[in-house]
Parts: sequence; structure tokens; C-alpha cells
Amino acid sequence: MNDIKFDKELDCLGLYCPVPIMKTAQVINTMKSGEVLEVIADDIGILKDMPAWAMTTGNGFLGAKTEGDIYKVYVKKK
Amino acid sequence: MADEKNKITLILFSGEMDKALACFTLATTAAAMGFEVTIFFTFWGLNVLKKGGISTGKKTFLQKMFWFLNKGTKEKLPLTKFNFAGAGPEMMKLLMKQKKMASLPDLMASAREMKVKYIACTTSCGVMGVDRSDLIAEVDEMAGAATYLAEAKGSNVNLFI
Repeated sequence: MNDIKFDKELDCLGLYCPVPIMKTAQVINTMKSGEVLEVIADDIGILKDMPAWAMTTGNGFLGAKTEGDIYKVYVKKK
Repeated sequence: MADEKNKITLILFSGEMDKALACFTLATTAAAMGFEVTIFFTFWGLNVLKKGGISTGKKTFLQKMFWFLNKGTKEKLPLTKFNFAGAGPEMMKLLMKQKKMASLPDLMASAREMKVKYIACTTSCGVMGVDRSDLIAEVDEMAGAATYLAEAKGSNVNLFI
């Protein structure tokens, strides 16, 4: 879990639902298949919302890291 | 599940800011999840689509009274609770701004970017004397219950807000 390589980073610190999900969808659209996006957020909802978003859209959810009050989640573009 | 286009339809019947926020939070999230989203605006929900200001549409005397009493645009709507004659929503907006939450106009702009479809109910428009020219340009269709039901039939999620 410690070492997930990513191609792009998305800073969602201080943002609440639904903005991180909307931004993720926008950024993923600009990425290539197989690339990984790291989303950094401090709204704990992201831990449940991002896997749900990935499952519904068919993108891959690679996992989440919690660093204190900060959550990092990883999504792989389908 | 991922490849077929899922559909969601929402009815916004209420004209309060809190309920409109719930509606647009779901609409934008659904659009970001790849759903095709349609919102049907009826009764007080039409206020969310109003341009505000002076109406150029033709109105009867009662409709004019209604227009005067039933104020509200997406920038200025009451709350279902703690309205305090308009002070409540202003406090709520300030709190949301401090917390960097998306406002109703922000969410509506995002919804349009993600092609959320707006249908305005012609029956409510007729009763309230709301003309197409009184509504924002983004409204895709002016239609009735059958249009909504035809959309709702093919959708997985239907909500009445």
C-alpha cells in the first residue's frame, strides 16, 4: 500500500462532496488508459465515494492511504 | 454496468435553496459517474430557473400578483428551516463560502458543463404566468408530465425533491 505510482495528482484539500468527484471525472477524461491519478482530500467521505465512483464508471480503484487527516486515493483509468 | 449508459431523473418541486442544493449535488455527482441526468422543474422548483427582474411575458392580474409574491432566483432562495426572513440563507451561503463548498450557482454551472438536461414544466409555467423568456437560456425543453415519465421509465434512479 505504501508505494503506488501515479501519473497525475489532484489536490482536493478543503473541498467537499460533490466537488472532488466532479474534478476527478474531469481530470480522468484528460488522461490515457492505464494511467493512475492520485486524489488528495481531507473530506473523509472520499474513502467511500471514490471506490463507488470508480466501480460505477468502470475505472479501477487501486486503494487509499490515510495520513492523519489527509486521505490519498488512487484511481486507474480504464 | 460501466459501459451501458445509466439514466437518472430528478423532479425539483421545491423552491428552497437547501433542497435545490441536494438536487444539484446529486445531479452533478451522477453526471460525473457517467449517468445521463435529467431534471424536471415544476411548481416552486421553477424559481431556480428564473432569470429574475422584470418579466416581459404576458400575464393576467392574478399572475402578476403571483410573480410579485413568488420571488426567487438561483442566487436568492429561502431555506426550509431557519429562514429568518432571508437572513438564514445569507448566513448559510457565508458558511458554505468559508468552508469552500460549492454554491447553488456553482453547482448549476458544473451541471451544465456535464450536460445535465433541464426540462421546465409547462403546466406550472402556465398557472404561474412564467414565460419561456422569464427562464434562463439553459432550459432544454418546455414539456409536461408525459415527457418526464417517458424519461423516468428508462432511468434507474428517480427522485422527487
